[in-house]
Amino acid sequence: MILSDKTTRRWNATPFVVRVSTDLLRPEPLRTSEALLVRSECRAYPPGFRAYFGTATASSELPHTVDTPVIPLPESLFYLGDGDIVVVRPTTGDLRVLYRRTARHNSFLLTQACNSFCLMCAQPPTKHAADDCADLVGEAIPLMDINTPEVTFTGGEPTLLGRKLVELIRRMKNFLPHTSLHILSNGRLIKFLTFAQDIAEICHPDLVLGIPLYSDVSHEHDFIVQANGAFDEAVKGILNLARCGLRVEIRLVITRLNYKSLQRFARFVARNLPFSCNVVFMGLEPVGFAKSNLATLWIDPADYGEYLAAAVWILESHRIPVSIYNHQLCTIRPELWRFARQSISDWKNIFIGACEGCAARHQCCGFFASSVDTHSRAIKSVAQPCS
Amino acid sequence: MSASSDLRHSPFKPLAEFLPQIGSYSLLPFRFIKLDDSRYILTNFVGEYIVTDRENLARFVNKDLAPDSELYAQLKSRHFLTDSSHSAAFHLLATKYRTKQQHLSEFTGLHMFVPTLRCNNSCWYCQVSRKNSTAEGCDMTQAVAERGIEFMFNSPSTVLKLEFQGGEPLLRFDIVKYIVEKTRELCRTNGRAVNIVICSNLSLLSDEILDFCELHDLSFSTSLDGPRELHNVNRPSREFDSYERTCAGIVRIRERLGVERVSALMTTTRHSLSQPTEIVDEYLRQGLASIFLRPINPYGFASSPGIVTSYSTAEWLEFYKRALDYIIQLNVKGIRIREEYAALLLRRMLSPYGTGFVDLQSPAGIGISAVVFNHDGNVYPSDESRMLAEMGDQRFCIGNLLSDSYRGMMLSDTLIDSISQTMTECVPCCVDCGFQPYCGADPIRHYRLQGDIVGYKPTSEFCQRHLGLFRHIISILEEQSTASEVLMNWLQ
Repeated sequence: MILSDKTTRRWNATPFVVRVSTDLLRPEPLRTSEALLVRSECRAYPPGFRAYFGTATASSELPHTVDTPVIPLPESLFYLGDGDIVVVRPTTGDLRVLYRRTARHNSFLLTQACNSFCLMCAQPPTKHAADDCADLVGEAIPLMDINTPEVTFTGGEPTLLGRKLVELIRRMKNFLPHTSLHILSNGRLIKFLTFAQDIAEICHPDLVLGIPLYSDVSHEHDFIVQANGAFDEAVKGILNLARCGLRVEIRLVITRLNYKSLQRFARFVARNLPFSCNVVFMGLEPVGFAKSNLATLWIDPADYGEYLAAAVWILESHRIPVSIYNHQLCTIRPELWRFARQSISDWKNIFIGACEGCAARHQCCGFFASSVDTHSRAIKSVAQPCS
Repeated sequence: MSASSDLRHSPFKPLAEFLPQIGSYSLLPFRFIKLDDSRYILTNFVGEYIVTDRENLARFVNKDLAPDSELYAQLKSRHFLTDSSHSAAFHLLATKYRTKQQHLSEFTGLHMFVPTLRCNNSCWYCQVSRKNSTAEGCDMTQAVAERGIEFMFNSPSTVLKLEFQGGEPLLRFDIVKYIVEKTRELCRTNGRAVNIVICSNLSLLSDEILDFCELHDLSFSTSLDGPRELHNVNRPSREFDSYERTCAGIVRIRERLGVERVSALMTTTRHSLSQPTEIVDEYLRQGLASIFLRPINPYGFASSPGIVTSYSTAEWLEFYKRALDYIIQLNVKGIRIREEYAALLLRRMLSPYGTGFVDLQSPAGIGISAVVFNHDGNVYPSDESRMLAEMGDQRFCIGNLLSDSYRGMMLSDTLIDSISQTMTECVPCCVDCGFQPYCGADPIRHYRLQGDIVGYKPTSEFCQRHLGLFRHIISILEEQSTASEVLMNWLQ
């Protein structure tokens, strides 16, 4: 599924956020923040919408103006439906789907900037730090469905936004009080206790901060994230979050650089961070830097099964919840299946030829579209689904 | 971690740029002791350990360890050393220390009531010097019970544990009932959780008692020393078949209240030494999923000449190892049974949390973890000090419920002086012992056997026993076999 594309129309206006509606009889007061999606030709467009998306060839019956733009939708975005939210950038014609109402899980990139430079970054940071991602998300939050189950804030590094991040969390709590909020941060700036306190003060009812630790010793972690002192900052951040009563999840991407020390890592977490609400072992997503550093990073899951099993076992015996992400079930030991989650977003996830007829396919996370060429030799169709 | 040459032609820096300088690390406080002929165990004050050989120990201390070696990473990960890239080590150590000692802030949790000293068993090793079932003047009065409850609710502990000891508490079920009802009532208005356990030989169990236990959520702890013959030799009764009564009681509780509401422990006598597997099998026969293998305590009748010395610490350790080995084998076969002594020591070694076990903590838990209200209102800081008092030595009595205040007793010189001598961090011998973070002081036992609260460790039976236990359990863990997996399972 394509999440962003371009419209053919360009005009001079600042970027804006609209919620999609297909209802020609939409109550007027709601129209001002919505775009009407017209799937077929229509005699008279109802007035009052912020914008109009046209899917039919002749979508220009209504005169296009800056205030009520008529935007020809590229075919790749025809799937849009009621309640979805789109960012429109008039000067470049960029249309980006920010939110899908029917998705179980929505993820928002708050900034492209980052203070780390991880060897396996799937979303390499851009040099120019200023972008408007966070402001647009802030605009979009009140437009989202109040029953949205789960939202993730990601980046770049969201904490670089400082106060702005705190305000976005508050906005999530105020407009979407029933939505779980997951924030993926490297935790380094949370070494300042006041940052954790500011987040805690919001009293968000269901907030988890996911913080990566790629090793239990500082020099190994610092090497992987290419930043001296990063491990210490992250650890202080984690302790600060815990001290403020916030929930912390520890995340580790398994690579050739750290697979042998998974057991040591698990023991470290059990002893030092026993308050962790979850520990996630993630498979490598071979895009971005991970792709350019593949020779350094790639290790076949079939070759670290023993290490992963030992690490999971240590955490489990200490009653710390564990999850395994991005691992096809056939690449990990059956006794670990109950920890595996269908972690790959539905628009990224695919299956390959070898999965044909697999009994566990409906329980499996599948592959990143990007990992078709880089996958475990253990991939095979299995006869029995998980019990 | 292996360095990666592939990164040469990229914007990324190689591992070498992040590695600490050779010899630049600092040692963090640690102790060490021989594990066996070839290995040493290193421990730090938050209870982390590492096993290594003498050569590597020397290399580590002399700062000759290579920063990219696995041992370097292990020592750094567990905070035996730190280097310039890791200032957070101190934050983590502080957090771990607070976590380990957190039980201290909870203060007294366990409150033991002795409704009567009378008992219908006549165990020859009775450590409390019980009285005959018809004896007079050794039952608790309602006034004493009431003051005991008051005392208990003075404790700041959020989770209270109330235990009925004896004698046989069910001989005075009316007092038990009074205390339970009153306590449950106070819990409701007080917002506190109380777990209640009756320590009983189960011989007097009745439907009325079981109904009451169901209503008030009570559990039982009983003594089961092994198969019929062994049990009846150790724990005879003039009135009934002791084994028969106890086992029937276990069955009734399991049926009526549930399997988790009755647990048992055994006391090792000279007769037990040759029957480790038979004893464990008896627990399986009774459907019990846990067993506590205890050595005899040198109090009461058990201190009569010839009884304590009837077996040595080495003999007991041998017995214990054989029993534990058998229990582990059972678990490997999928039969779930847990040995509680080992489970306790494992929690002390592997868990980041503390344990509130009176004899195995520093400072000792006397008074601050547990307190005993004797039938006559005398208050003791542990069950052992009550046992000592029944032998005529009131050395550790901290007051009487009827005449002394909570503050007066808990702040008495008797208690404070004793506790202050139980900090193994600064007790001679303990201070240098590699097992210090896992061990404790047992002041009453040392006073009883060596005439001194601190005691003389080289000849201390307590010390020998625990050194033996720690060495044995760590050896099993280090082998990383199915046996160590079984032990790890007991952490949960």
